[in-house]
Amino acid sequence: MSSGVIDGTAVLPERISRFPFPFPSDSYRYSTNVEPALKTVVTEAGAWGGRLLDIDEHYRHELTERDAVLTRDPTRLQVLPHMRPAVWDAISTLLPIMAAEHPDAMSFDRDGNACRWQNTLQDLDLEFTLGDDGSLPVEPLRFLGSQIQDDIALLDQREGALWLDAGLVTFAADWSFGFDVGMKFLEVHGPVPRVHQEQIITRAQQFLLRLQPGEKYRRANWTMTVDRRLDTSTETYPQWARDRATVAGDPALPDRLHLRVEVQHLIRLPHSGAVLFLVRTHLLSLSDIARVPAWRERLGRVLAELPEDMAEYKGISRYRSAASAWLLGT
Amino acid sequence: MTATALQAKVHPAVEGGLLLEVADLSVQTASVTSITFTDPAGTALPGYVPGSHLVVQYGDGANAYSLTGSGRHPSEYTISVLRVDDGAGGSLAMHRLAVGDLVRVSHPRSAFAPVATARHHLLIAAGIGITPMLSHARAAAERDSEATLVYVYRPGQGAHVQEARELLGPALAECTDRGSFQEELTRRLTDQKLGTHLYVCGPAAFMDTVLARARELGWPQGRLHSEPFGAAELDQGEPFTVNLARSGVTLEVPAGVSLLEALENAGKGVPNMCRKGVCGECYLPVLRGAPLHRDLYLSEQEKSANTTMMCCVSRSLDQELELDL
Repeated sequence: MSSGVIDGTAVLPERISRFPFPFPSDSYRYSTNVEPALKTVVTEAGAWGGRLLDIDEHYRHELTERDAVLTRDPTRLQVLPHMRPAVWDAISTLLPIMAAEHPDAMSFDRDGNACRWQNTLQDLDLEFTLGDDGSLPVEPLRFLGSQIQDDIALLDQREGALWLDAGLVTFAADWSFGFDVGMKFLEVHGPVPRVHQEQIITRAQQFLLRLQPGEKYRRANWTMTVDRRLDTSTETYPQWARDRATVAGDPALPDRLHLRVEVQHLIRLPHSGAVLFLVRTHLLSLSDIARVPAWRERLGRVLAELPEDMAEYKGISRYRSAASAWLLGT
Repeated sequence: MTATALQAKVHPAVEGGLLLEVADLSVQTASVTSITFTDPAGTALPGYVPGSHLVVQYGDGANAYSLTGSGRHPSEYTISVLRVDDGAGGSLAMHRLAVGDLVRVSHPRSAFAPVATARHHLLIAAGIGITPMLSHARAAAERDSEATLVYVYRPGQGAHVQEARELLGPALAECTDRGSFQEELTRRLTDQKLGTHLYVCGPAAFMDTVLARARELGWPQGRLHSEPFGAAELDQGEPFTVNLARSGVTLEVPAGVSLLEALENAGKGVPNMCRKGVCGECYLPVLRGAPLHRDLYLSEQEKSANTTMMCCVSRSLDQELELDL
């Protein structure tokens, strides 16, 4: 065990101090863990959660990666025809929020449907017309996905259910947006163990069905990923699946294995009434986690205690013991 | 400012809402007046889903009214209020408002949304039921989706008729007597294209008639929508008393205040998260009395056992509850 204290008095780098460490206790089970968005959470290493749209040091790199994924595989972006208004609703909702949260880097002005968006992180100064697809350099959802690090899903509400009818998902954690598009919310979650007997997804759906326009909630989900690989979708399974089997025996495990935390925001869009799901993926290596003693111990215990069916579903069963042993120094 | 406008005590239904100024009043008919609200600071208002309503406070009460705009990036909110002389007083208070008055309103609430996948929207309105339909018709026009409106009103008593004519042109059918409406209704219910959704708003008996006729003619339930005013929100409930057995404290929980809020106000906060009855965080053990369960978390068995309750939404069937707290 190399590190035990927080690097003396040195300040932790932002990737650690702003990391949304998701475990409040030493064991993890599924729950309908939604809470109001924008509440700052203080952790043992710092804090997170004060903003809806989180921009970090990986901003440009991740957006370049997203663009490359979309160019290789356009099925990661799909908008069923009735969802066009929801996409524009998402754009006119998120850009002003992003500008307000990052006033040094961005600004948004609107006069009727005429908009101006400036993003100095990308040297972008753009005028466009809300509702006019042709006024943007690329199709509207792709444009939105080129400004925020989050994956985007849009759910239509009808027949007392929610339908995954549009999205831009390039950083999926072991699922396929192209396969799921058009499904009901309950169907999308069909493969998750335990949650159906425990009525967790049904409750989540009831919650989302009642979400009122403008309301913003969030939840965190987690899994693990070998290396800083964002695109672990079903489509690229052949490229990343093998690493899961070999990493347990790799001496570089602490640097290669990452805790993957998704901060998911759930927002009822004001005009279309669609539910916007934003999925912001954060990756932090075990080496970095070990720099925070409380995290090191807690993650070690969570991994040791996690029931096998849940570990299997998360795809971590082959290396979680090795990870836990390294973290706990056993 | 008139005495009825701004009240010091904020009604729970408009708490966390907006403080708006009456910017315009326009007489629609002898009994219907349109009221336009704007932000006193002149900023744009939150957008809303077509068919949404606004809760407006008057005196100690609050009423819900449909918004008549499309809801896209609004700079103002407009409602139309039918004066009911023998009602609870809300409509009379609204009719007494004057330009410049400040009024507390909720954020717009959506409970009557258009269906995005509909191939056609058949809107049916009677009397003041025109208000949410106007919102739907405007949104349909903005989105280039097709809508037809059948509007029934008493001769000379049609609010917003001129706007409806301009908005819909030949897609508006006006009826001013029962016979012609029945005929029009039957024709419209039988000649719609596949994928049409029907929306109806008006007096309860009118809506029942329209929906029954539609079902008779083979319309599936999923294609029929009626205005369920305020159903998206739980009602304020009755006041009740709680005894906290372990701390020996007795608290009153007034109507419109949740048990969770009452506990928090008394410095007895409990862990909570969603405050909407889904996350399961704020459960409390019940020692005596029957809770009025309104959450989505507990199973039916758990609810009938009456030993646990979710204090963010649930209340009491009995006058008094005893909690293990």
